[in-house]
Amino acid sequence: MVATPERWRETPIHPLHALLLGAALALFLGALLNDIAYACTYEIQWSNFASWLIVGGLLVSGAALVCALFGLAPSRRRRCSFLHALLLLATWIVALFNALMHARDAWGVMPGGLVMSVIVFVLACLATFAGYCVPRTGGVR
Amino acid sequence: MNDRSALLAAASAAIVLVACNPAPKALQYGPDPELPEPRRGLLPEMVVAEPADWGDRLPIVPEGFEVRAIATELLIPRQTLLLPNGDILVAEGRGGNAPSLKPKDVIAGPIKAAGTTPVESGNRLSLLRDADGDGSYELKTVFADDLNAPYGLALVGSNLFVANQDAVVRFDYTPGQTRASAAPQVLTDLPSAINHHWTKAMTASADGRFLYVGIGSNSNITERGMVAEASRAMIWEIDAANGMHRPYATGLRNPTALAIQPGSGQLWAVVNERDEIGPDLVPDYLTSVRDGGFYGWPWSYWGQYVDDRVRPQDPEKVASALVPDYSLGAHVAALGVDFSTSAMGPGFADGAFVGMHGSWNRSEPVGYKVVFVPFRNGRPTGDPVDFVTGFRDDDGTTRGRPVGVTVDPRGALIVADDLSNTIWRVTRTGGTGAAAPELPAADTDPARDGAELDPTGSEAGSPP
Repeated sequence: MVATPERWRETPIHPLHALLLGAALALFLGALLNDIAYACTYEIQWSNFASWLIVGGLLVSGAALVCALFGLAPSRRRRCSFLHALLLLATWIVALFNALMHARDAWGVMPGGLVMSVIVFVLACLATFAGYCVPRTGGVR
Repeated sequence: MNDRSALLAAASAAIVLVACNPAPKALQYGPDPELPEPRRGLLPEMVVAEPADWGDRLPIVPEGFEVRAIATELLIPRQTLLLPNGDILVAEGRGGNAPSLKPKDVIAGPIKAAGTTPVESGNRLSLLRDADGDGSYELKTVFADDLNAPYGLALVGSNLFVANQDAVVRFDYTPGQTRASAAPQVLTDLPSAINHHWTKAMTASADGRFLYVGIGSNSNITERGMVAEASRAMIWEIDAANGMHRPYATGLRNPTALAIQPGSGQLWAVVNERDEIGPDLVPDYLTSVRDGGFYGWPWSYWGQYVDDRVRPQDPEKVASALVPDYSLGAHVAALGVDFSTSAMGPGFADGAFVGMHGSWNRSEPVGYKVVFVPFRNGRPTGDPVDFVTGFRDDDGTTRGRPVGVTVDPRGALIVADDLSNTIWRVTRTGGTGAAAPELPAADTDPARDGAELDPTGSEAGSPP
């Protein structure tokens, strides 16, 4: 009852939240790399992979977004919580547009799909940084 | 950020997405359609038919004509063939085994299926007979079953050819027969891997030596990869005697119905063009098919309009692409074609009937009717004339969707409807193309598939 919650409070976010953020990063990075592969080879299967990875990223980052919203509760709120939730929401919305872009046929996905994949990955990185930011003012460590 | 503003953001995003789609214009008909720039919003435009029963209603036909259902409760009728004794063969079934490739396929598949019949594929041929010539087809019997999504039909002498989705097969046929005497023999296999567009349209050359089979592309616009398009989007010429074949014309995205023009012996096709670049692109078309001709798919459409969705590009192929003869309008989904005859009356004697299944990829639905394209001097001319309508109401209620059309030389049009699983027969009022088997022989067109074939085979347009 005493020890574990204390340790959680020391870490910036809940482990499940952290897991979801890491998974979303990997999925969105995978989509980006597959888009690059399609752009270089015209081999359609890369584009198919990208489409599914984006959907996976949407699911996982959507769950992470729910965690981030819980993190806005007054008892849990930290300095970066709001920024984290906002960036994650932006990630999710652009990823949704990217999924729709990837629903186009063949090269119709390009170049917009590749550009959006870059934006989604950068936003996901920023959101994750914000999620892990630990306020120095608290005097922890 | 609270839930309400998130919802608001999503709603405004949806409005923006839909607004990206251009507004549809009037359909473009004829040899020189005005083609807008290709455009697509982030959400595809889908307006799917809402199936409803006919009840007491009937399709609407021009004054001087009447229509009746001559067969109901079929198992997805697609194309029909008129036999020399007036019997009608109906090919019934549903084909294709294209797997879902992208998340979009998983979502769009069930939505599109809602606009079609839930009936199981018949995989059979039914025979309809009006023995006493009163216009009522009292006999409805299974001629052959255990077929694989049969579609194209052609009779050459005593050989009945059926184009399954994976092979052309041959039955022996003797006039008056109501049941195939034996299982069919394979004449030749057809390209059938994936079968995104599975329908294998077929007709026989005027002299009966060759069969022409339409093989649709394996994708909308190469999104299943270029490898999947080997031997696709083309019309094969098949030697009816031994099954040897060659590509007769290529670059035809989905040639869904073929017919031989009476007199000239020229092969004509209706072709369904590509989707998802706007409500007015690309027009489906009716065209005479040139031996060795290339018609653009996938690299270009309507001649030299390059489709930027295809990689790698091929400027040489684009330069060689032929322009089709006659635009039927984008997304109408022409699935049937047959040439008319003088017995159809003065207004509809010279031209071709075209069955239009109707659109799913257009905010203002089009098609859902049978039109008549008037011809003069052997070429289509002027706008199409509505011939059978009333399949779809403006509110989306859809009672039927026309597919194959077949002209009965006694003066009737047979229309297969694969939503209500009905065969309609349109005849001239009073005259009732209803039978009268003793019509003069001159009215029987030798070039029509299904009619008796001219043994001399002297038509100028017949292929080498």
